[in-house]
Amino acid sequence: MDIIAAQLVNGVSYGMLLFVITCGLSLVFGILGVLNLAHGSLYMIGAYVAYTLTTQLFENFWLALLIAPLIVAVLSLIIELILLRPTYHLGHLSQVLLTFGLAYVIHDVTSIIWGSDVLSIPLPSFLSETLHFFHQEFPAYRLFVIVAGVVLASCLWFVQEKTRWGAMIRAGLSDKEMISALGVNIKLVFTVVFLVGGYLAGIGGVIASPILGLYPSMEFQTLILALVVLVVGGLGSIAGTFVASLVVGIVETFGRFLVPELSLFLVFALMAVILISKPNGLLGKQVIKH
Amino acid sequence: MKRKVYVIVLAVLLTILSACGNSAIQSTTKNEGGTAKNDGTIKIGALLPKSGVYASLGKNLEMGMKLYFESIGWKVAGKDIELIVEDTEADPQVGLRKARKLIDQDQVDLLTGTVSTAVAYAIRDEVDKKKMPFLVSHAGGNDLTRSKRSDYIWRSSFSSWQIGYSLGQWAYDHIGKTVYIAAADYAFGREVAAAFKEAYTAAGGKVVGEVYPPLGNNDYSSYLTTIKNANADAVYAFFAGSDAVKFVQQYEQFGLKKEKKLIGSGWLVSEDVRKQQGNAGVGTIASIFWDYHLDTKENKAFIAAFEKKYNARPTIEALEGYDAAKIIAEALETVGGDASDPDKVVEAISNVQFVSPRGPIQFDKETHHIIQNMYIIETNLVNGQAENKVIEVIEKVKDPGQ
Repeated sequence: MDIIAAQLVNGVSYGMLLFVITCGLSLVFGILGVLNLAHGSLYMIGAYVAYTLTTQLFENFWLALLIAPLIVAVLSLIIELILLRPTYHLGHLSQVLLTFGLAYVIHDVTSIIWGSDVLSIPLPSFLSETLHFFHQEFPAYRLFVIVAGVVLASCLWFVQEKTRWGAMIRAGLSDKEMISALGVNIKLVFTVVFLVGGYLAGIGGVIASPILGLYPSMEFQTLILALVVLVVGGLGSIAGTFVASLVVGIVETFGRFLVPELSLFLVFALMAVILISKPNGLLGKQVIKH
Repeated sequence: MKRKVYVIVLAVLLTILSACGNSAIQSTTKNEGGTAKNDGTIKIGALLPKSGVYASLGKNLEMGMKLYFESIGWKVAGKDIELIVEDTEADPQVGLRKARKLIDQDQVDLLTGTVSTAVAYAIRDEVDKKKMPFLVSHAGGNDLTRSKRSDYIWRSSFSSWQIGYSLGQWAYDHIGKTVYIAAADYAFGREVAAAFKEAYTAAGGKVVGEVYPPLGNNDYSSYLTTIKNANADAVYAFFAGSDAVKFVQQYEQFGLKKEKKLIGSGWLVSEDVRKQQGNAGVGTIASIFWDYHLDTKENKAFIAAFEKKYNARPTIEALEGYDAAKIIAEALETVGGDASDPDKVVEAISNVQFVSPRGPIQFDKETHHIIQNMYIIETNLVNGQAENKVIEVIEKVKDPGQ
């Protein structure tokens, strides 16, 4: 039984890693209706900036976790103001193309700046320890990832459900014209949400990179995972994303444990089954009618 | 809502397709036009990935080639050498298109390169049909010098058999009687694992389990938990690049290093990944055909020249590029710079032998494959840094060619 329990911990930790990576994408899509295919690229920039900070400036993971996402947030602010804002009236497809093109541009720019070698971020020493339970050993960092995922999810839930900002966002989501008439600057709300999305992508990059590493085209691998979680969870639902991350993480982990040959296929099969049986995803709701 | 789901699925597909093909960015050709054949120069076409997951390998091969050609002043037998590098994107389709471009449009005299074995296989028939001498400088798939052997294809790098087989007997004698095999799930990973298994079981060892995680896998935790609970003395692993960094780090983090010796191919702890692994790789035993710390005068000269020019340590791919360039130059010297007859060129290649930074090398005329030393290396901690040390030499390893 110990090995099953150990695999469950692995699955939950991988799931939370997926949540940390995906929540920014889910937030932006749920509220702005913009499918940001440059999300993986913002994630990658967060990781690379954290690498530069920890190796060149100071050897402090926590400081990097604080600063790198802020830099990504500033970058996404620029993207929103200059590139995205003029496209809101054009519909989804143009934003999909725009952000996908942007992903390629960022891909090139990062490989010019950081090169194409494999890199990794050094961890604070107490997180590189191993902990013992279920007669197994676990890296402390994996458990930190679980905590980080739960904290992020709680924060997002709290802001969305319990604060005035959350109320404005939810209102803007269901009726843009009405909330503008009530005197709320909906454009500003959108900008802020995109900025927060970028910030979350940056956090995802810093937290995931000690496990997943930094290398060229990491952003596209991340994007595929994030899109799978997004589709499984239901579009525009943070709770859905949370549940889907756990489901995908556990399914993939146990897939690798029980039928390693099928592990790659299993997650996509899961996505297909969910799309067929519940086209809106596990916890998807009807959002943004145009 | 339906429309939105449709858009997402479309986007997912787009993303996956593009990621699978590693087709990051379409590259432009360096040398446009120039179709007329100029007898004053010898044109060498290099098919190397400059984008996608293998970009850094391609870059190092190119750096190694340039280092050698520079050392002979870009001249051989009185003629100028022109190197035309095309980006294969590690994609067989793209590779074939670029190979055709090099052969038909640029009219190169020789082809070299390909990091990906799949690309080498994809251009095999084209090369064979057009009688284009092709010196493979990296791709290690066994069949290239076995069932897909061609009169015009010669390989100066390695075969997956050489890498895997060379550690089998040694591991049985020095490490333990039972192993667990973990290798990246693609042709090369499977071939290396099979070659190791062949030698190890022939020696009397027992393989207690095998697992093949997908190439570019994110998280090894699940595999590692399974392996940890298996009853094996050691783990034989084949991973490279970012996979090697992740696997070796997680191997230590999940507490396997204390119980089971990690052994594998040299890419597990090669120059391009070892620094990023921190101390996680220390203690690993691997087999490979070159190492930075190989103590010979040829290797020291090569390393000094490389570090002077690029201000960075050479990787094994840089060595491969350097050797390929030297083999090409020596073969062209033999034919007096006249590359018009491909049969004479391949004949000249087959006779090339010299002491390379990796040790003495020569070609096996049966298989068209290189005969070279293999080295058993161990990763140690030297002044706080993980460094490899050659602990045994297996001389003149020859691929059986079947």
